[in-house]
Amino acid sequence: MSDTKTLTFAFMEPPFESERTVTFFRLLDAALDRGAGVRVFAYEGAVALAFARQQPHGNAVHHRDSEEEDHPLTKDWIAALQEKARSKGIGFEWINCGLCVDERGVNDVIEGCGRGGPPDLWRYASEAHNTLTIGTR
Amino acid sequence: MKVLQVIDQAYRTTTEEQDDTILWLTQSMRGAGGDLMVLLSGHGVHYAISRERQPALTLGTWRQTQPAELPRDIANLVESGVPVYAIQDDLEERGLGGLALQNGVRPVARRAVAELYEQADQVWHW
Repeated sequence: MSDTKTLTFAFMEPPFESERTVTFFRLLDAALDRGAGVRVFAYEGAVALAFARQQPHGNAVHHRDSEEEDHPLTKDWIAALQEKARSKGIGFEWINCGLCVDERGVNDVIEGCGRGGPPDLWRYASEAHNTLTIGTR
Repeated sequence: MKVLQVIDQAYRTTTEEQDDTILWLTQSMRGAGGDLMVLLSGHGVHYAISRERQPALTLGTWRQTQPAELPRDIANLVESGVPVYAIQDDLEERGLGGLALQNGVRPVARRAVAELYEQADQVWHW
């Protein structure tokens, strides 16, 4: 049985709106660096972080086409963290609030991200070493 | 496990979601067997003295039919066994100190908040 600790994160910010989103992902990455398993409950706007139809775009102001611009997408960040966790042999789970998904129409999510509700957050928190909530401001 | 939900932001998405999302989350987790408390702080203390349903939003021909009912949501939480506290100092800073709190909402002095935190295994600050 592994003694790796698991941390739960509840997050509310959407992609492309707030520096909190980047900070949140850096925290997930740091947790994996320290060998902690990660469980995420994405609430409200955060459910769009895993939306599979996010598309990169070029940027005329930057004088770069789409390939050169290599625009960051949160779905790719999640996938990268999933891969990192796999390579380290530790857990990385992601559950979107289903009602929040429905009202935003972001049902098409990348592989490895599931659908759930507040009981899942309670379960995650109950089983975790600790929980960090990051609400919107 | 006991969790203290600290609600510091008031009226965040209450028009669009027709509730306060953290009150809703708390009520839903309570239904799943969660042991929770709520602390209204900062602008969140407005919920403690709220008496009326939110006014319905009207945009062109679209009219909201189910605006948020925060007093009902607070009352439901209290009735379900979730203690709800409001920081007295934050009420007074906002000129709300002389108003009656909703039934079941308990005032707590800021200097006593640490004791409230001590009662919880986890504190979730939203």
